[in-house]
Amino acid sequence: MNDFLRTILFLPPQASTIAWQIDTLHYFVILTTMGGATFITIVGGIFLIKYRRPGKNAEPTRQDPAVKTPVWLEASVVTFLLTLFCVWWGVGFSQYMKIRIAPKNTYDIYVTAKQWMWKFSYPDGSHTITKLYVPARKPVKLIMTARDVIHSFYVPDFRLKQDVVPGRYTTLWFEVKEPGTHQILCAEYCGTGHSQMRGEVIALEPEDFARWLAGGQPNAHLAGPRPQDPSNVDAFAPDQTLSMVRVGEEAAATDGCLRCHTLDGSPHIGPTWAGLYGQKVTLKDGSTVIADDAYLTESMMDPLVKIVRGFEPVMPSYHGILRPGETAAILELIKSIRDVPIGQAPGPLHRQPYPPVGAPPAAEKGLPPPGIEVMPPVQGTIEVKP
Amino acid sequence: MTPPAVQPQQHPEVPDYLHADRGIWSWLNTRDHKRIALMFYVGVLFFLGLGGLFALALRTELLTPDRTIMDAMTYNRMFTLHGVTMVWLFLIPSIPTVFGNFILPMQLGAKDLAFPKLNLASFYVYVVGAIVMLGGMIAGGTDTGWTFYAPYSSQTPTRVVPVVIGVFILGISTIFTAINFIVTTHTLRAKGMTWGKLPLFVWAIYGVSIIMLLATPVLGLTLLLIGLDHGLRLGLFNPAVGGDPVLFQHLFWFYSHPAVYIMILPAMGVISEVVPTFSQRRPSSYWAIAISTIGIAFVGFFTWGHHMFVAGISELDAGIFGLLSMFVAIFSAIKVFTWVATLYKGSIHFNTPMLYFFVFLFLFTFGGMTGVAVATQSLDVHWTDTYFVVAHFHFIMVGGSLAAFLAAAHYWFPKMFGRLYSERVGLLSATGVFLGFNLTFVPQFLLGNMGMPRRYYSYPPRFQWLNDLSTGGAYLLAAAILVTVLNLLIALKWGKKAGPNPWRSRSFEWLTDSPPPKHNFEEPPHLGYSPYDYTISEEEARARAQAR
Repeated sequence: MNDFLRTILFLPPQASTIAWQIDTLHYFVILTTMGGATFITIVGGIFLIKYRRPGKNAEPTRQDPAVKTPVWLEASVVTFLLTLFCVWWGVGFSQYMKIRIAPKNTYDIYVTAKQWMWKFSYPDGSHTITKLYVPARKPVKLIMTARDVIHSFYVPDFRLKQDVVPGRYTTLWFEVKEPGTHQILCAEYCGTGHSQMRGEVIALEPEDFARWLAGGQPNAHLAGPRPQDPSNVDAFAPDQTLSMVRVGEEAAATDGCLRCHTLDGSPHIGPTWAGLYGQKVTLKDGSTVIADDAYLTESMMDPLVKIVRGFEPVMPSYHGILRPGETAAILELIKSIRDVPIGQAPGPLHRQPYPPVGAPPAAEKGLPPPGIEVMPPVQGTIEVKP
Repeated sequence: MTPPAVQPQQHPEVPDYLHADRGIWSWLNTRDHKRIALMFYVGVLFFLGLGGLFALALRTELLTPDRTIMDAMTYNRMFTLHGVTMVWLFLIPSIPTVFGNFILPMQLGAKDLAFPKLNLASFYVYVVGAIVMLGGMIAGGTDTGWTFYAPYSSQTPTRVVPVVIGVFILGISTIFTAINFIVTTHTLRAKGMTWGKLPLFVWAIYGVSIIMLLATPVLGLTLLLIGLDHGLRLGLFNPAVGGDPVLFQHLFWFYSHPAVYIMILPAMGVISEVVPTFSQRRPSSYWAIAISTIGIAFVGFFTWGHHMFVAGISELDAGIFGLLSMFVAIFSAIKVFTWVATLYKGSIHFNTPMLYFFVFLFLFTFGGMTGVAVATQSLDVHWTDTYFVVAHFHFIMVGGSLAAFLAAAHYWFPKMFGRLYSERVGLLSATGVFLGFNLTFVPQFLLGNMGMPRRYYSYPPRFQWLNDLSTGGAYLLAAAILVTVLNLLIALKWGKKAGPNPWRSRSFEWLTDSPPPKHNFEEPPHLGYSPYDYTISEEEARARAQAR
């Protein structure tokens, strides 16, 4: 019954412990709603047909006095409805209290939202971007704030949502029933990249989670593969040296640069990177500047200082988001494509301006694909943060 | 089809209001509430068309998960313009300024509104507000959504200020109109008309005027503060300079939730006129409709918090706002039952306005009950800011308000222009509106259940087929509305002469000629009887109205 109703109402899987309770109320409320509206419409329709007066038989006036609705009928209908609505409210409110009040023994994760990415900080001091790792079957509490505007942390599979407000902390707790992957969506409009501000909750078996967390401790901050992209234990240290360009591509993809900038010369929300390095760039106020390392670095850290003519000042600052190694790597990436002509290059990026979060960037030939494919529900493999 | 009506004395010797004066200037400088209503009519229809075009562009973009015809920033501006245009330039002024202006004085037996010059001023203020807003749109538009949520609205690089100033000016126009209606209802009722004999449409317009008068200043101030926050970095709502963004939401919804009732109460007023006329019956309970109107106007002010269940308000606040929201639903339910009960044992003429009532009945009931559903807190946590909410409020605003607007456009068409439209095309286009509407918005309920957030430029591919259905429905709906408008435009010139009272209504506006003379009534009528008394004949009603 649950599965049948869930399917015909197009509800996603019930992945959190609270989801089925909410859905049960959902079925009750929606079926009553549809039933009530249909009932009223049918009764109205029957009256319309039954008491219809064909044009030619119409009398100018009808002499029978108006039929009064008896008071007891009105009173009982109103009482019934009020009772029904109060029951909805009572059940809904008690569930809402369960959603809002976290149990005592939660595992706490700090969440920072910003245009247009999610950053998760774990109690041991490590971070991930976009992907939130949690232990299954344990209550997890998110303590959330935003850096710029209001965002909203929404996981449809959990039936949970909480606005993330700059200048204050909000919390949200949940318990995932089984290991698996669930989509995070931003549900509060937050600007140009709002619909791309997605992420994933990855629930691991508690012991896998502990191992993943432990692996995250040592030397996470050296230049190299992204800390948040889990790879196998064996691949903890990359077995071959990655080029700076390669690292730059990965950083640009995972930190969201490529949601607005393209590598193939096609125009998008921000200026393309192709052929950019060393060029003379015209700014909004008419002045020009050479796109050298200093200008490009400044544009990453303080993007609103120099706005390129023809573009809107929408880019968020990456100060504190990019690590020094990554900034250099992105510069190397931009340098590497200085010969690609600017223009309408047909390519996959043009058709689909935003590569999905975590998708491998246009790979350099001959190198192994970066280990950032969407993780399947864990089946025994141990995920470790480098 | 309408039966050939009894044709009481039409007065050919007195020119009707359309022909009483000639020349453009006689329109631009008119004090006649009927001519001002027609000028508003042209204005709101223009903006219905504009807002509709924005909507079609949005739906076309959503045909594919990624880019279809525009980029993300254009899309964000487009949905903002759609919302702003539809809410402030169409829905809020629509029924009050057009039909309220035209019909209310006649239903009261008055020559005009209490302040004819203020009425004209209200129109010009509307025009100025619309021009400022259009200017802002042409200068680049804004991308905040019609809700202007802080601190995004303090930080966006787009042109927030002209749009906000436009809304502010439109608010002044709304307040002028509201004052006029309230004073007119109090002072210009015909001899013999007590509050207990007030037509139900007047009750609705009176109730809505009170809401406008109390809520609009709060909106004006809030938007002004947003403008200052954006322009001067005053730090009222922007936490980067010490403000509180949730405060903005409280202030905004304090106006904007009652604004929903500004849109729906006049619609209920129209329905309360259409149903008795075409059932040839007294409403099954006059006082149930009148009191629930005032009840909605009152309780509507205490429910704004249900927009903010996940915004970071306290659990106690959320509980209280949730409970209060249930009471608004009760008042609406009382109205629905009263309308349906009025049909019972009536003598029903199934004309186009009645079909629109039937459309309204389903859409409003379903939309209203989903409103109770989203006011249920734990369910709202999943639904808020998803397409479920989008579908819900379009059921109320398009399904409710627009259907009633079209019902009024047909019902009072003979009154306003003295001609009859084609019933066949009217019934057909009403059916088209119903089908197109459902095809557009039922898939959106399902998208909301699946978890698609609103204001999404690109979306995960699993949402695509429902979005495509919805887009198809939007085209159908637009076509049906276009046919409706064309049908009325054609009738304007080529329609059959209607005679004073083609629907055989007992309501007071039908006592005079159609179209009415400049001063509405030959002599001030005496309206000491119920406007819904169908036990007396039409002639008898006329005789009573002329009794000294």
